[in-house]
Amino acid sequence: MSAAFSPPQLEARSDFRAIARWVRSGASVLDLGCGDGLLLRHLIETKQVRGYGVEIADAGILACVKNGVNVIQSDLERGLAGFDAASFDCVILSQTLQAVRHTEEIVLEMLRVGREAIVTFPNFGHWQQRLQVAAGRMPVSKALPYQWYDTPNVHLFTIRDFENFCHGHAIRVLERLVLHEGRRVRFLPNLRGSLAVFRFEKWAGG
Amino acid sequence: MSEADSVGAVEPQTMHFAQALRLASGASIRAYDLAYETYGQLDAARSNAVLVCHALNASHHVAGCYAAAGGGPAGSVGWWDNMVGPGKPLDTRRFFVVGVNNLGGCFGSTGPASSDPATGRPYGSSFPVVTVEDWVRAQARLADRLGIGRFAAVMGGSLGAMQALQWAIDFPERVAHVIAVAAAPKLSAQNIAFNEVARQAIMTDLDFHGGDYYGHGVVPRRGLRLARMIGHITYLSDDAMMDKFGRSLRNGRFGFHFDVDFEIESYLRHQGDKFAEYFDANTYLLITRALDYFDPAGRTGGDLSAAFRPALARFLVISFTSDWRFSPERSREIVKALLDNRRDVAYAEIEAPHGHDAFLLEDPRYHALVRAYYERIHAGLPGAAR
Repeated sequence: MSAAFSPPQLEARSDFRAIARWVRSGASVLDLGCGDGLLLRHLIETKQVRGYGVEIADAGILACVKNGVNVIQSDLERGLAGFDAASFDCVILSQTLQAVRHTEEIVLEMLRVGREAIVTFPNFGHWQQRLQVAAGRMPVSKALPYQWYDTPNVHLFTIRDFENFCHGHAIRVLERLVLHEGRRVRFLPNLRGSLAVFRFEKWAGG
Repeated sequence: MSEADSVGAVEPQTMHFAQALRLASGASIRAYDLAYETYGQLDAARSNAVLVCHALNASHHVAGCYAAAGGGPAGSVGWWDNMVGPGKPLDTRRFFVVGVNNLGGCFGSTGPASSDPATGRPYGSSFPVVTVEDWVRAQARLADRLGIGRFAAVMGGSLGAMQALQWAIDFPERVAHVIAVAAAPKLSAQNIAFNEVARQAIMTDLDFHGGDYYGHGVVPRRGLRLARMIGHITYLSDDAMMDKFGRSLRNGRFGFHFDVDFEIESYLRHQGDKFAEYFDANTYLLITRALDYFDPAGRTGGDLSAAFRPALARFLVISFTSDWRFSPERSREIVKALLDNRRDVAYAEIEAPHGHDAFLLEDPRYHALVRAYYERIHAGLPGAAR
């Protein structure tokens, strides 16, 4: 086993690099919907985190075991009852928020269990999606590669939607990064960015 | 698994221990034998040993088969032969696997049917009650004698999983990984209730003679049959039983009698009869009692997380969705306790219809997971081929 670990999948997930930059060295991390565990493995190897994944799919559990990362088979939709309040430094949900039914509950659960949270999601406000909607059809793109009748995504939303959600739920955004094809988008991010990464915490000032 | 093969003909061995073992009850056993089997080769670094702990009715005969009547009936295949062997999930080409019959057993280790050196007669009712902790300490002594300082893994299902968990708590430096399948951190009142009905069936059998039936030339066969029948009902799920037997009638119509009408009755009677032929009634009492008493959190005021605090091992915990005897919720309690201690853990909930018995069956997802886990263990061994 070589020490450095950068499989091609990791290159393709530009949000992983952003997440890795934001996670503190040695932090305890809970990765919800961790899939094959590659993000966790990346964080373990680059940031020496103490990490656990939560995954529902059998294939994900097997892949995590093969990748040597901790994983707990569980359905996120049933909440995080097995996890104590403030038991993790950081709770991550990467490219999964748009695919859960109980969006609001999950974000609030993330902030109960974690001192802070990181989410990444495809931006429905990207101009390519807007154009397709304007043309009268549900968008299919690189960031949202599914047909409307065959998609895991049940809640599509924009960067502005998420910022409004945070404002309405006493959530303070600590950092925001908007990407398109792996590059940072600073100008008109809700129009030009296809992938958003947010780091946030509970608004302590109430 | 076409590449997977059996370990082939195996022979049980016996190790004698002359030093007394003090038990959790306060009693001691002055000297005792443990029957065991091994498969594969211990590597030069003595790092590749795996202990497989047995559940209620099994033994040290984990894999392979007996060529001739040595330790058991000729041709009898090990109880976890689908899991352990060359090319199997626990690959005996890579690991040195040890199976041991627990103290109080009836397959070669010292138990109630053994002769008490003090009297020259079978222990019978005088055999002390043993606990999971006692078994684990006896297993550790066997490991000492086999030259195994630290197990690469201790693995078991059901009551076997409880022993594996106890290992991690009592001998943290001696176990690198724990694989606990269909486990529970303690029995529920319902579990204990089933055990009590089974014990009552045995103890109220007129042939039981207070546990000293050996001298009377009888065995409490009816009691054992009932105990086994009750057990079998709890090992299967409602759905699995319905699928397998439904309401099928033996002769296609009601007989208007109380003899066998339904296939399920025939099945239970057959299982009961078979069991009463080979299992010792006193051992059944002892093992169900060990199950009842198992509760690592008992030492820590009911706090399971505190109970696991000494543990250093990494864990693979597996449960089965239709297991109502040791349900997934019970495994999640274990996972939560491990998480509280920031121990490494992988937890899988296998969708399987077979109930508690699923841990003995060959489910591709379950076996793939155990295989992958052992591959990781093997890759981390000092002597592993790159």
